Amino acid sequence: MEKVVIKESPYNVKKAKIIDIKLLTEKEKLFQLVFEDSSWLHFEPGQFIMISLMGIGEIPISVCSSPLNKEYFEICVRAVGKVTNSLHRLNIGDIIGVRGPYGNGFPIKILEGYDLLIIAGGLGLAPLRSLILYAIDNRRDFGQIHILFGCKTPQELLFREEIEEWSKRVDIHFACTVDRADPDWKGNIGLITSLIPGVDIEPARTYAAVVGPPVMYRFVIKELLAKGLPVDQILLSFERHMKCGMGKCGRCQIQNLYCCKDGPVFTFKEIMDMAEAL
Amino acid sequence: MENVPFVLTKLPSKSIMFYCIFSHMKTEQYKIIEKYLIKEFVNRLFPISKVVAPVYKGFGNYVFEEIKSEENVTFKYIPTILPPKKYLLPKKETILEFKKNQELIIQPVVEYENLILFGVHTCDIAGFKCLNKVMSDTPKDVSFLLRKEHIVIIGIECNDYCDQYASCAFVGAHLPTTGYDLMFTELNDIFIVHVHSSKGTNIVEKTGLFKPATDAHIKELRELREKKAKIFYNEIPTERRYIPDLFDRSWNASVWKELEEKCLSCGNCTAVCPTCYCFDIAEEVDLTLKSGKRFRIWFSCQLDPFAKVAGGIDFRKERSARQRHRFYRKFRYHVDRFGMIFCTGCGRCSRTCMAGINLKEVLISLIKESEAKIWRKWL
Repeated sequence: MEKVVIKESPYNVKKAKIIDIKLLTEKEKLFQLVFEDSSWLHFEPGQFIMISLMGIGEIPISVCSSPLNKEYFEICVRAVGKVTNSLHRLNIGDIIGVRGPYGNGFPIKILEGYDLLIIAGGLGLAPLRSLILYAIDNRRDFGQIHILFGCKTPQELLFREEIEEWSKRVDIHFACTVDRADPDWKGNIGLITSLIPGVDIEPARTYAAVVGPPVMYRFVIKELLAKGLPVDQILLSFERHMKCGMGKCGRCQIQNLYCCKDGPVFTFKEIMDMAEAL
Repeated sequence: MENVPFVLTKLPSKSIMFYCIFSHMKTEQYKIIEKYLIKEFVNRLFPISKVVAPVYKGFGNYVFEEIKSEENVTFKYIPTILPPKKYLLPKKETILEFKKNQELIIQPVVEYENLILFGVHTCDIAGFKCLNKVMSDTPKDVSFLLRKEHIVIIGIECNDYCDQYASCAFVGAHLPTTGYDLMFTELNDIFIVHVHSSKGTNIVEKTGLFKPATDAHIKELRELREKKAKIFYNEIPTERRYIPDLFDRSWNASVWKELEEKCLSCGNCTAVCPTCYCFDIAEEVDLTLKSGKRFRIWFSCQLDPFAKVAGGIDFRKERSARQRHRFYRKFRYHVDRFGMIFCTGCGRCSRTCMAGINLKEVLISLIKESEAKIWRKWL
C-alpha cells in the first residue's frame, strides 16, 4: 500500500489560531479565529465551516461574524458534545483546524433592496448574526430590518451587548422574548411566534430568514404564511450533522437534497413538500 | 418464471439496445484466448501487480481477495459477500495524519496500490460506474479517483443467471457496456476478450497469450448475446423508465410499514451494496497522545445515529423511514441527481438480509399497490 500526501485533498484543514474567547452564556462561547497563514475566509452569511480538533473530531459550525470583516472570523459554540466541550476548554493562542466554507448561505445579492424579517431562536442567532452584521454594514442596500429573537430564559440571551446596540438603533426594529422569565426580566414573555403578528411588514417586499431549533420552524412558518409572506421568500437554515461537507457522506440528505451542498439555507418553497425535512 | 403473477413485459427497446451494442463491435478491439490458457494468463498477471479475484470460501460464499496462485480462482461464482467496491472505497481509510511535537503538523494522505481486479461481473462494474459518478462530482474525491487510476478491471461476462436474487436485466447491468479494461466472454472453447482501454492493451501485451479475433468469433459473440436476451428477462414487472414515477407515488405505501415489522436495522444490506458509499469520519490517537489519524469508515443509513443531530433529534427515527430512504436512494433520489438508477441488480441485499427482505419482492409489492391506486382513481 503506497501512501502519498496530497495537499489538494478536500479533507485538508487549514490551521487557525484562537485570538479571543468570550463567554456569552453559561454554555456558549464566542471564538475569534485567524488563519495562521493570515489568509482570509471568504464566505457568505449562513455558510458553515468544519472545525477540527485533532484527535477529537470534526464538527460543522456556522460562521457568525460579518463576511466583510477581514481581520478575523468568529464562531459561536454551545458545549453539547465531545468536540464542542473540548473546544470550550481551549485557551487563547491554541490552534484548531478549519476547512470550508461549505454550502449555500443567505442569497445576499437577491435580498438587496428587500425588507428583512430575521427570526432567530436560541443559538439560531449565530448564523443570522452574520447576516445582520452584513445588513448593518450595508444598511443602505436594504429596506426595513426587523429582528425577532427568542430564547428559553434571560440567562440564555446571546450577544447581549450587540443586542442592546441593535435595540437602540432607529433604523432597526428589534424585539426579544423569553419562554420563562426571571424577576429581573423586563421584556416580553412567550414563544417567538407571539412576536410575529405584531410586526408591521409589507409581505411582497419582505424576505424572512428563520433559524432555530427544528420545532420552531413549523410554528413560525405558519405565522409567516398567515402574514401573507410568499413561500419563496421564507428562508430557512437546517441543522444536520454533516461529516464531509461535500455531498458525499450522505449524513445530511433530505430526500434528494444535500444540506451541505444545496443548503443549509433553503427557501420554504424548496422543501415544503418534503417529508423528513422538518 | 411462471409463478410471477404478472404478464412479464418485454425488456425495453431490446432491438435498439442490441443495435447500439453490435454496431460498435469492431473486430480489431477483440482478442481471443484458448480456454486451457486462462490459468496461465492469471499466472502471468502476478509479476505485473497484486491480483485480486473471487475465491470460494465454502457454504456457497465467495469473496474477492488477493490470490497468490491461480488454483484459488473461481471462474463461475455468484456475487461475492462484499462487492469489489472495497478496493475503491476501503472499509476504513486514513484521510489525514497529524503529529504534535513542537508544532502541529497536519497532512492529508491518500492510500493506494496497483491492483488487478480479475473476474468482476458486469453488475459490480455497474456499481463502479455509479460510485465513479458520485466521487467525480465536485468537489472531487481525490482518494477514490487516485485509487481507481491504479486499478485494472478485468471483467467476466455472465452467460446465465447466478441465482434467483439477481435482477440485473431489469437495471440493464447484465450486458457489458463500459467501465472495464478487459472483458472476458466465454464462448465454446475460447474466451473472447474485449480490449477497452490502454490499461487493457498493456495487460494483453504483457501476458502475450492472446490472438486476434476473427469475424467468425464476433459472429459467435453476437449469437451468444442474442441467446442471452432470451435467458435474461425483466425480473420486475415494469420497465426501468417507469421506476421514478412509481417511487413518486409510493412515499406513503404500506410496504414501508411492512418492512418496519421485518427489518432488524442491522445495516447488512447497505454494507454489501455495490453502490452504497455513505461514511462516517472518526479519529484515532496513538497511546503517546502525540500523533494520530483521521479516517473515514463505512456507515449505514439503517443504523441509529445516522440522521441524528445535536440535541438528540433523529430525522429518520422509524425503521420504515430508514428502509424507505434506502430504496429511494437506489431508485429515485439519484435519478434526479446523477441520472442513474443506483441499483445494479446484484441481489446482495436480498441474499444477505437476515429478515428476508427481498428487493424484487418489495418492488413488486410497490407496483401492485400503486396499480391499485391508479385503478381507484378511475372508479
